[in-house]
Amino acid sequence: MEFKSLKLSKKTTFIIWVFIIAFIIAAPSILPVFRLNLLGRYLSLAIVALGVDLIWGFTGLLSLGQGIFFALGGYCAAMYLQITSSSEFPNNIPEFFGLYGVDNLPFFWEPFRSPIFSLFAIWVIPALVAGILGFLVFRNRIKGVYFSILTQAALLVFFNFFNGQQKLINGTNGLKTDVTQLFGQMVGSESIQRMFFWFTALLVIAAWFFSKWVVKGRFGNILIGIRDDEPRVRFTGYNPVLFKTIIFSIAGGLAGISGALYTVQSGIVSPQFMTVPFSIEMVIWVAVGGRGTLLGAILGAVFINYAKSLVSEALPASWMFIQGGLFILVVTALPEGVLGWVQGEGPRNLLQRLGLKRKIETYPSLEIKNETEVLKNE
Amino acid sequence: MLLDSLFNGVAIGSVLLVSALGLAIVFGLMGVINLAHGELMMLGAYTTYVTQLIFKLPLLKPYYNGYVIVSIFFAFIVSGVVGILLEKTVIRKLYGSPLETLLATWGVSLILQQFVRSVPLAYGTGVVISLLIGLILPSVFSSKVKESINFKYVKFSSWIFAALAGVLSGNLISSSVSKLSRASARNVDVTAPAWMRGQVEILGTAFPKTRLMIIIITLISVIAITLFLNQSVWGMRIRAVTQNREMSDCLGISTEKVDVLTFGIGSGLAGVAGVAVSLLGSVGPNVGGNYIVGCFMVVVLGGVGNLLGTIFASFGIGIMTDLIGAGRLLSIWPDMPLPLFNTINFFATTSMARVMIFALIVIFLQFKPTGLFPQKGRMVES
Repeated sequence: MEFKSLKLSKKTTFIIWVFIIAFIIAAPSILPVFRLNLLGRYLSLAIVALGVDLIWGFTGLLSLGQGIFFALGGYCAAMYLQITSSSEFPNNIPEFFGLYGVDNLPFFWEPFRSPIFSLFAIWVIPALVAGILGFLVFRNRIKGVYFSILTQAALLVFFNFFNGQQKLINGTNGLKTDVTQLFGQMVGSESIQRMFFWFTALLVIAAWFFSKWVVKGRFGNILIGIRDDEPRVRFTGYNPVLFKTIIFSIAGGLAGISGALYTVQSGIVSPQFMTVPFSIEMVIWVAVGGRGTLLGAILGAVFINYAKSLVSEALPASWMFIQGGLFILVVTALPEGVLGWVQGEGPRNLLQRLGLKRKIETYPSLEIKNETEVLKNE
Repeated sequence: MLLDSLFNGVAIGSVLLVSALGLAIVFGLMGVINLAHGELMMLGAYTTYVTQLIFKLPLLKPYYNGYVIVSIFFAFIVSGVVGILLEKTVIRKLYGSPLETLLATWGVSLILQQFVRSVPLAYGTGVVISLLIGLILPSVFSSKVKESINFKYVKFSSWIFAALAGVLSGNLISSSVSKLSRASARNVDVTAPAWMRGQVEILGTAFPKTRLMIIIITLISVIAITLFLNQSVWGMRIRAVTQNREMSDCLGISTEKVDVLTFGIGSGLAGVAGVAVSLLGSVGPNVGGNYIVGCFMVVVLGGVGNLLGTIFASFGIGIMTDLIGAGRLLSIWPDMPLPLFNTINFFATTSMARVMIFALIVIFLQFKPTGLFPQKGRMVES
């Protein structure tokens, strides 16, 4: 897969950026509150999609367990909000602890009294967990499908764990954030939500530039090398374990940020964030948008979720069929995704097939797949 | 006490084994993990339910007690046919890209789940019947017919016939069994026939009969599949392709046929597992999801290319689940030190036992990354 970005002149790029920024600033006054909230949530999902694109689109690691890191970030954010707004409850701890007869804050929640620690925890903790998990798995050269099902198993294990621990994290009920206080206002209130929307939009752009920077240069080349032929990278003297661990950890951190933003905008974090379907959905956003194209991940996340909410509002039962069909369709018919198709040979092929463009003549031998490629695919 | 624990462990393990067996065979052969495996199990479980209701009809009432046995065959066929269809339409196209297959089969699983929710079971049965006829009918003609140019018309007309038969049988079932004529997302219950209820006493310990039945089903499946793989010509071909695909292809084995056959058998085994699962609890569209991750653990722990690995891994996980989840260690060793007691007590629920077992498997993989019985070879990519 080759990466060609659409060649836009500087002027066009500038105009597009102006439009995007103008839209983001104006969105709260154009869109109804409900839609704005949805858009904000979907934008935060775009950040986790960027992480999925980094590990799957660029490094070839299909993780079906990004929900773990997403939820961890959400829990960190929610717990901070709960603790800071717990002054009126007995023992100065969040209300739900009282229900299970817990009088003292569990020791590992203690640091979350500090806002600065919490801000770091939101991305450092998921990144650490991802790094440790990734290292243990990559170290043994576990890869491909094995890696995918291990991450899925890990996801279910975390789900079970969070679901069962009432006394530590309120178990299956999750942590609510919309009635907590921030800057002296309710987190669920309109003004704070508007702030979160802008903040999310800003972070999506920041995460996009960050991801672009990560995949640029030698580091990115090694990632792509790992995806295309890992043994060769190893024989050339690089240690794939290190690179895979780093990128998996980065994706975990992005998932954590995304989870925190999603939590504060949806008003609750619960083990439902760690269900198997949700984590696989993240992959399909990237697949539809175009893996290996970072912009595709963002657009995929936003548009598919928007489509999901529109379709589910109109025909609740049909979304599962559509989604299932989307999975099959995108991997069989459109493996590069929409953006990959647009940027690649797609439009030209379509025009050729319609007879609107002349076919390019090449040497017939070039059209035949060469032997090494066939072997590699098997 | 110990016997009791062992029996429970074996019972959990045998459910795991029968459900992971198909997955492991397919994974060994094609390197493909079928995420729709759980949904194929669900189809098997629903088949049991449908069979049960059909056996309640006046005509078949005298044979009601035997419906479980019959449903095992039906479930094998239903899931097998759906599996073959899946292989022929989707998986074959994605051969060589296992990650994409993973996503596509997930899509299939979503569709299957929604299918049983929104299509009445009677018509679902009709669809399966027409698939069955459509797939089998073209192959019963003589080779002379098959080689003629117009065979595609024969195929086409047999599919039309199959569709008609499906619609008719769907209508027939929906008019005679009212419970199957409406779509519902609710869970249904399979009631075991009288001779399978209750308990058997062996060596002073009471064993539930349904559990014993599951162990027997598992035993039969494992023996049958071992005999098939080791004694039959097609079994030999499957083993050959599992070991070295290119070489087998060069030696004239039709890898395409082997793939279809293996996938069909693997899916059929999922159906059999579905029968076992339906005896344990209620059957719903999501029933497969509860078992699929256990299957993954078995496959990861057992390694590929050897049934023995799958067997050991299932029973190992089963026995460990029981030991940890039911807190057996606490009763076996009552006066253990307090910190250890607290730790073990913390994990003494079914869901926490899963957490513990996952951790143990990850630790195990640090020492043996390719599972219990890895395939020997000198490939760079294994």
